[in-house]
Amino acid sequence: MPDLTEAFLELVRLTSTDLPPDVETSLKRAREQEASGSAAQSALDTILENVALARQNSTPICQDTGTPIFYVQHPRGWSTTILKGQIRAAVAEATKRTYLRPNAVDTVTGKNSGNNLGDPAFPTIHFEETEGEDLIVDLILKGGGCENVGAQYSLPNGRLSAGRDLEGVRKVVLDAVFNAQGKGCAPGVLGVAIGGDRGSSYYASKEALFRKLDDENSNSDLAQLENRLTQDANQLHIGPMGFGGETTVLGVKAKSLHRLPASYFVSVSYMCWAHRRRRMTVRGDETNYE
Amino acid sequence: MQKITLPITDDVIRELKVGDSVSLTGVMITGRDAVHKWMIDTFVKKSRKPEGDDEAVNEALKPILDGGAIYHCGPVVAGLDTGDYSFVAAGPTTSIREEPYQGDVMQHFNIKAVIGKGGMGPKTLAACSDVPGVYLHAIGGAASLIAQSVQQVLTVHKLDFGVPEAIWVIDVKDFPAVVTMDSHGGSVHVEVETHSKAQLDKLLAS
Repeated sequence: MPDLTEAFLELVRLTSTDLPPDVETSLKRAREQEASGSAAQSALDTILENVALARQNSTPICQDTGTPIFYVQHPRGWSTTILKGQIRAAVAEATKRTYLRPNAVDTVTGKNSGNNLGDPAFPTIHFEETEGEDLIVDLILKGGGCENVGAQYSLPNGRLSAGRDLEGVRKVVLDAVFNAQGKGCAPGVLGVAIGGDRGSSYYASKEALFRKLDDENSNSDLAQLENRLTQDANQLHIGPMGFGGETTVLGVKAKSLHRLPASYFVSVSYMCWAHRRRRMTVRGDETNYE
Repeated sequence: MQKITLPITDDVIRELKVGDSVSLTGVMITGRDAVHKWMIDTFVKKSRKPEGDDEAVNEALKPILDGGAIYHCGPVVAGLDTGDYSFVAAGPTTSIREEPYQGDVMQHFNIKAVIGKGGMGPKTLAACSDVPGVYLHAIGGAASLIAQSVQQVLTVHKLDFGVPEAIWVIDVKDFPAVVTMDSHGGSVHVEVETHSKAQLDKLLAS
């Protein structure tokens, strides 16, 4: 097995400092839609200026470099223990080089570990064995501000008159966007999972965030839900930073899971505008990033 | 864009209205969750006795905070191994977590400007009227850009709270922000929430 520590370090650097093109394009489009001279447009100008500066200087787009969440798809025969060791070493080195802020805090003692290495679940690393020959590693850096405004609902929800159907899903997701106001650094991207148990549902809501913004859902009902939710959420006029305005969310990505007859969960993971996600693919001696 | 120099006088504060763009110059501190709890417990409510360097830090902070500003920020800092600190990325963190503490902290230290993102609630808005003070909204996530307005890191207190939670004393020049809560009871956050609630009700009924 190759030593990929350096490659993982580059993945972390790229993710923290260089916003993916689809997100930047979407922010530029949002800027065009805001009234000239408005606080919303000014906020988006600042955001875009910051994105360019961070890329140029290789400094973090946002100081809250969040929880590093890795999704690793590996071919048969790879050691997940070794990969985990390499990822953890890369995360510690990235912290030393200020691509990441030290973010791992012991919940009992309150002590920050100083290098982003906490218990085995920090950073978060998910492994899955795949049939192919490539090693594919997706990374998302998810900040605390937006993570705090995530929400989970159990349908039916009487307060919102939300039943156990996609219309009910629409209602509770809009409620989550309303409750978030500007606190999750709007305009955000919503990862929505329906079904599953409480754990798998939240997990899937984060997985949904790995899809590109222009990617259309292969399930036509969910595709329709995503479009409707994006339109409706923007009708709330919470706007960039919660200043009021046309763009409250850049997009919605939904995923469905099988559920128990008794349960119908809807999980919403709110990703801030600084939607830092990157993919690394290793094929033989070659490593590519997108 | 109104240029403001720290410390700020009551007259300047009273002139500021929601929607005004400002740029701040002077010495301020960062302080977020751990700092606010420490201030309240140790010096405002005095539910815990000062320990270690608590008193010394309090004395050092008093003149900076009197008429000054506190920035809700957990920066990325270079030079941790040498002590020659500089800010690499320093955008605002979500302010609402300090809502239980902020008003009392403003009153106690005579803080005129609270800087953060996402806005704050009724207790802080009331303190803005009384002290008087303002809430200044920085652009969340614009961390590399805002770090450029930090000319120098003067010192750090309570580094044992961790890098993001420590009290960084910084000298800033033309730090950009927008007034979203003023000393006359105005709040952009209340306005936007009220409007978006009406919109939500319509969307839920459709």
